[in-house]
Amino acid sequence: MKIHEYQAKELFKQYGIKVPASILCEKKEDIEETIKNFMFPCVIKAQVHSGARGKAGGVKIAKNYQDAVKTANEILGMELTSKQAGTKKVNKILIEKAVDIDKELYLSLTFDRANEAIALIISNQGGMDIEETAKTSPDKICTQLIKDNFNPLQTVKKLGYNDEINSQIVSVINSLYRLSKEKDALLVEINPLVITKQNEVIALDAKINFDDNALFRHEDILALKDEKEENPFELQAQKEGLNYIKLNGTIGCMVNGAGLAMATMDVIRLSGKEAANFLDVGGGASSEKIEKAFKLLISDENLEAVFINIFGGILRCDFLAEGVKNAIQNLNIKVPVIVRMEGTNKEIGADILNHSGLKFTVVKDLNEAIEVIKKI
Amino acid sequence: MSIFINKDTRLIVQGITGKEGSFHAKSCQEYGTNLTGGVTPKKGGEKILGVDVFNTVKEAVKETNPNTSMIFVPARFASNAIIEAAEAGIKLIVCITEGIPVYDMMNAKKAVQLNGARLIGPNCPGLITPEECKVGIMPSNIHRKGSVGVISRSGTLTYEAVYQLTQLGIGQSTCIGIGGDPIIGTSFIDVLEAFQNDEQTKAVCMIGEIGGTAEEEASEYIKNHVTKPVVSFIAGLSAPEGKRMGHAGAIISGGKGSASSKMQALTQAGVTVCENPADLGTTIKNIICR
Repeated sequence: MKIHEYQAKELFKQYGIKVPASILCEKKEDIEETIKNFMFPCVIKAQVHSGARGKAGGVKIAKNYQDAVKTANEILGMELTSKQAGTKKVNKILIEKAVDIDKELYLSLTFDRANEAIALIISNQGGMDIEETAKTSPDKICTQLIKDNFNPLQTVKKLGYNDEINSQIVSVINSLYRLSKEKDALLVEINPLVITKQNEVIALDAKINFDDNALFRHEDILALKDEKEENPFELQAQKEGLNYIKLNGTIGCMVNGAGLAMATMDVIRLSGKEAANFLDVGGGASSEKIEKAFKLLISDENLEAVFINIFGGILRCDFLAEGVKNAIQNLNIKVPVIVRMEGTNKEIGADILNHSGLKFTVVKDLNEAIEVIKKI
Repeated sequence: MSIFINKDTRLIVQGITGKEGSFHAKSCQEYGTNLTGGVTPKKGGEKILGVDVFNTVKEAVKETNPNTSMIFVPARFASNAIIEAAEAGIKLIVCITEGIPVYDMMNAKKAVQLNGARLIGPNCPGLITPEECKVGIMPSNIHRKGSVGVISRSGTLTYEAVYQLTQLGIGQSTCIGIGGDPIIGTSFIDVLEAFQNDEQTKAVCMIGEIGGTAEEEASEYIKNHVTKPVVSFIAGLSAPEGKRMGHAGAIISGGKGSASSKMQALTQAGVTVCENPADLGTTIKNIICR
């Protein structure tokens, strides 16, 4: 789960990490009042779950009151487009005191899959895309795996600052590690972490991703979720307990199991089309859940057809057939529905579909499915 | 021969009195697995499926001498269940549970290594040695005894591959789902090594998916250590970057973990890579019967 920069900075403050003075604004009519007593120059920052906000025009400096009001009005409510996140409306802005930057660093703690440990990543090349830096000048990036006797000082020393700055950076790292562990964060990133001309180490940006599987023990974090940032289809699916991701193709698909669901998307591509979604209904789905999943699936207006691919192990084919039949009867579905069922009770399932009086194309395997989808 | 489980496996089930736990314990027992007992805290003294329920793994070990445990404990308690099994001396721990937090798994894996146990999963369908022993949740009837070893990060996609093989009259030595999480106990490499050393296994079917670099590492291993033919499919060629595709581990990030990079690495290691999952069965058949 992602949170906004301003929320992450609140958490940083709780953990003793310095951030610039700031104030949040959510309504255009509040802009003048909010900015009136603020300090200048200031930075106006769009609060959306997206990287590269600066490049997209969502972060701007304002010299004085008039400038700040004008810029705030431009950014609040704008449509911000980035490569990572697509186009998003800016519903909140953060107005932040500008600081005298001397140096910009990159700092993050992230879960390193290959080593199955949290890794510290720090670099003198802050403020830019770290993945770009990793490609062009990997020697500028220092990393250290966090093991039992974690001492970040040896890594921080490589950056070449004096003892006072080093000890401030180490303190930020220790705070970040404590935050990660206590709140189950899998990524905590500060880019840039700046050293000011007054020799203070301050987090100018803040990004945190939490482990979705650990949210059950963090009500405070869950409360930070901004539903406006989520795709409405995906949000609905989450509420129904379905694993759904909206994609850009035209063939809706419903599958049990994540691996088979991905493979089904691949099969759709092999037939010259693209999947409209990823949907894993899970192992033990009931016919009611299948009906809900189907309803969600076909609410997508771009659909040309629906492909149901179920390998019934725990999920029984008769439950599936019952759910699909009910959904189609209740929803007046116009697009063709292709069904492939294998496994537990497939004969009963096929019987239910064949006697429903509704039109299905039942295929016996994935190759036949490819042929049928090709002809749509 | 086969790998990891066989007729001598003695199984306990942690979480045996729950809905899932009891259902699958029964199915394993019906398949012929020797179920010696079960564990559910506060239910010690009860009986289920003709075996005793204990409060702790330690008691179950003392009374029934198992060598394998299968875990169905809810995600928030599952890492402790793994640690408990490892500390009680269980040598093969199969964790079916999905959704265990990453920080919890880091701890659990340390305990497993410290106690010299093998963990399979979490978030996996378990494993089966056809016509001998099943420790998992896969549909029993699609498997046949034979010579193809199957390894996969996914559940239903494994069933798909096994079903294709069985339909073509090709049996399996052992089928293992290693799990779809970022931290898992047993890697592709561990299983490849075991299949390479197993006499019964003549060929390996390896099913991977997007995310991480496990398939790339497996490719290196295959190049240097595996002489048996390997056929592979990687799910997620059509998956977009940055989205988690169901499995916690199935995400392409920063250009790493894509299906095409994995397919390329495998091909370079001499693996036959299928682009269409429907071709897995026939491809393996052609290689074995060559």
